[in-house]
Amino acid sequence: MFKSLLCVVLSVFAVQAMAQEAPDVLARSVMTDVLEIVKTDKAIQAGDQKRIIDLVEAKVVKHFDFQHMTALAVGREWRSASAEQKTALAAEFQTLLVRSYSNALAQYKNQTIDFKPLRMQAADTDVIVRTEIKQPGAKPVAIDYDMEKKADGWKVYDVMVAGVSLVTNYRETFSQEIKAGGIDGLIKSLREKNKQLEAGKK
Amino acid sequence: MKIRESGFLLLSLLLVLSGCASTGGNPTDPWEGVNRKVFVFNDKLDTYALKPVAQGYQAVTPLPARTNISNFFGNVEDVWIGVNNLLQGKPKDGASDFGRFAVNSTIGILGFFDIASEIGLEKHDEDFGQTLGRWGVGDGPYMVLPLFGSSTVRDTGGMIVDRLTYNPNSLIKRIPVRNGLTATKVVNLRAQLLGAERALDEAALDKYVFMRNFHLQRRRSLIYDGRPPREDDFSAAPLVEPQGPGMLSQRGLFDLVLVDASSPMPVDGE
Repeated sequence: MFKSLLCVVLSVFAVQAMAQEAPDVLARSVMTDVLEIVKTDKAIQAGDQKRIIDLVEAKVVKHFDFQHMTALAVGREWRSASAEQKTALAAEFQTLLVRSYSNALAQYKNQTIDFKPLRMQAADTDVIVRTEIKQPGAKPVAIDYDMEKKADGWKVYDVMVAGVSLVTNYRETFSQEIKAGGIDGLIKSLREKNKQLEAGKK
Repeated sequence: MKIRESGFLLLSLLLVLSGCASTGGNPTDPWEGVNRKVFVFNDKLDTYALKPVAQGYQAVTPLPARTNISNFFGNVEDVWIGVNNLLQGKPKDGASDFGRFAVNSTIGILGFFDIASEIGLEKHDEDFGQTLGRWGVGDGPYMVLPLFGSSTVRDTGGMIVDRLTYNPNSLIKRIPVRNGLTATKVVNLRAQLLGAERALDEAALDKYVFMRNFHLQRRRSLIYDGRPPREDDFSAAPLVEPQGPGMLSQRGLFDLVLVDASSPMPVDGE
């Protein structure tokens, strides 16, 4: 009896500890894990798109907050969207981002990734994990992850490539789409883009 | 390029552009109509000429050789990068750039090996357009230049100054050698970007707008040396918002305002 109680208490602590894992530690372990697979998996190296997308879905997606990302990309129109629209938008945007991200990952061959020391206070709930991709013969490219603390651990809500926010880079296109066809118009455009990419894959 | 030639080029470009009415909705891009046409032209030129050449180059040149070539061109640029760092009031960075040039030109055998990076002298990215930005000159309207691609009025001016002031190629008297060097530089640069354009194709709903935003944000980040102030979560179009010195697109090219000492600029040596 006492033993099982202890077990429960311990596992609760373990879960909490995992959720509270420092953002840079988390980012490093996920990235190292994924890149190791990308480098060694023959199908991925041979250009198997489905396989790398599956990998990203399985290992990376749960550490991203796509609702927050979509809200950032949509900007102030986000508030006027209904709950269903928000869900649909976030889902389509997620599909698009996962695909782009997977394809960028698939290019990973000779690069090495450097994690910069994290500057963070214990009470911080919003941090930037800075990394640098080094490749022979080219200037290193900075890739920074904006992460925030949620109940179930740290989540990425923006990725900065070479100082450019991937998310706000969409804002202008999104607002144009919304102006032309409302939130539903934007959902439709994203859906079509995803379908088109899906078809082109084969 | 001689002064008169480039001045004429810029002037005629501006005249052509100013004749075109605004089309899109973005105030930073009043010449969108023409820009889009040049964008398509560049894209075609790339697809049918530059990209295949870069792919061929990548196929026949082993990676270490490509690295040496990139290092060589990078080394030549370090002097001008250093000058710009001095002009921007960053003597430490400037000295480091000159140190890089000294180390790499000698121990690094004419710059083919980037020894300086290995001993901790970091490579920087500066040009006169950034210096102008640092001094408070706004971007001015967005421009897509034939061959050169995305730019702004300020950066086009900056690029002309770059080329007129610092043109080590002109030291080479034999024209074929000079042209050969320029061609190698361009092809080598393009080869580094192979793969990047596929990401662009896949990610963008409208490639032109995506590219424009990427370019403008990238320049902004470079001016702040990679530490631009974060934009608001729910503000309107971020590119037209006054964010700090040098970021006001409404400001003209010649509106040379020195940066106020109290302005939030990143601290050197971070």
